[in-house]
Amino acid sequence: MSLIEGEEELIRNGVAEALLDHDRARESLIPLLLKVQGKLGYLPALAMELIAEALQIPAVDVYGLATFYNRFRLNPPGKHQIQVCMGTACYMVGGDIALDCFERRLEIGEDETTPDREFSLERVACVGCCTMAPVVVVDELVEGHVTPTRVDGILLSFGREIPKSAEKTEQEGENSP
Amino acid sequence: MSKKVTITIDGREIEAHEGEKVLWVALDNSIFIPNLCALKEKEHPSGSCRLCYVQVEGRPEPVTACTLAAKEGLSVQTRSPQVDRLVKSAFELLLSNHRLGCGRCPRRKSCALLKIARERGLKMRLSRLSALELDVEIDESPETFAFDRSRCLLCGRCVWICQEVARVGALGFTNRGITRRVGTFREVSLAQSPCTECGLCVEACPSGALYFKEKSDDK
Ligand code: FES
Ligand code: FES
Repeated sequence: MSLIEGEEELIRNGVAEALLDHDRARESLIPLLLKVQGKLGYLPALAMELIAEALQIPAVDVYGLATFYNRFRLNPPGKHQIQVCMGTACYMVGGDIALDCFERRLEIGEDETTPDREFSLERVACVGCCTMAPVVVVDELVEGHVTPTRVDGILLSFGREIPKSAEKTEQEGENSP
Repeated sequence: MSKKVTITIDGREIEAHEGEKVLWVALDNSIFIPNLCALKEKEHPSGSCRLCYVQVEGRPEPVTACTLAAKEGLSVQTRSPQVDRLVKSAFELLLSNHRLGCGRCPRRKSCALLKIARERGLKMRLSRLSALELDVEIDESPETFAFDRSRCLLCGRCVWICQEVARVGALGFTNRGITRRVGTFREVSLAQSPCTECGLCVEACPSGALYFKEKSDDK
């Protein structure tokens, strides 16, 4: 993910600040990453490199830890955050189809953010309203019974135009078994 | 290391340094115990491959030899029905996540898996488990060697060597669970990583995951 204007400075300052009163032992890596993520909203590559340097450990170890725990995110949260439920109930009735639709429409994968940082996409476990399955949570708002058409509707409500040609061919595709 | 002790392996009395791990005592005395993840120089064994089980006299369950310290009077058996069962399961688990096709593997003559199979009469085939789907993903970016992740057993030898011996730190463990892998910072290719191509990781690899392009077993 490329940085936006002024972000590099933000990252450098954020990490420097977090390091200020933090001890440099390897064991302090998790709290440090949490702190930096708290400041920046995610863990940019540059931040991981700066942290590795400060703690004198290989950058791959910082990355390894950040990819081990779900708690850490490597991509910036989008302006609109889309969480597709993949709990048992939602999965059974096509949660994966909803996820797939978002992936195709936004041209990003799971845990990614669109280059304009408008949308980020995540999968979550049961959000507690299985009767409305498949469920998608969009910026805290729960959307139930999310069909592919509803996916387009949600995106449209944020001003994302759906390419006409794509709409046509895909809808045909959906109808065929 | 400290004082000498006498231990018994498979009925043979052997002199060892107190505290030395039984796996190395056995191997140094040409007694074979399967192992993948152990490295002699490594102070804290990772004990992750679960292949080196032995039966200790007076203990109900088998224990891993790479973590078992020698002490006076210790008596172990390298085989027992319990040991064999555990090793068989661990071996099959490793195989289920390892791309077979040994005939085309560049390390088929020096592969630790094949050696274990031969020594213990294990099959290079799955019977109880189904194979995981593996993407064949070979990083050929280094000039002298290549990294085929579909043959990686996650033993961690290369990672330790890269970090502690070569002091390069290009390789590490990334992700979790079924997607766990030996990777680089942000999963860039080795050529884009801090790798210096020292080749120590290749020498440490027990399987066909890391291999020299020139010196493979074909040539
Ligand atoms: S499984 Fe999706 S809300 Fe419960
Ligand atoms: S060698 Fe003992 S567990 Fe791997």
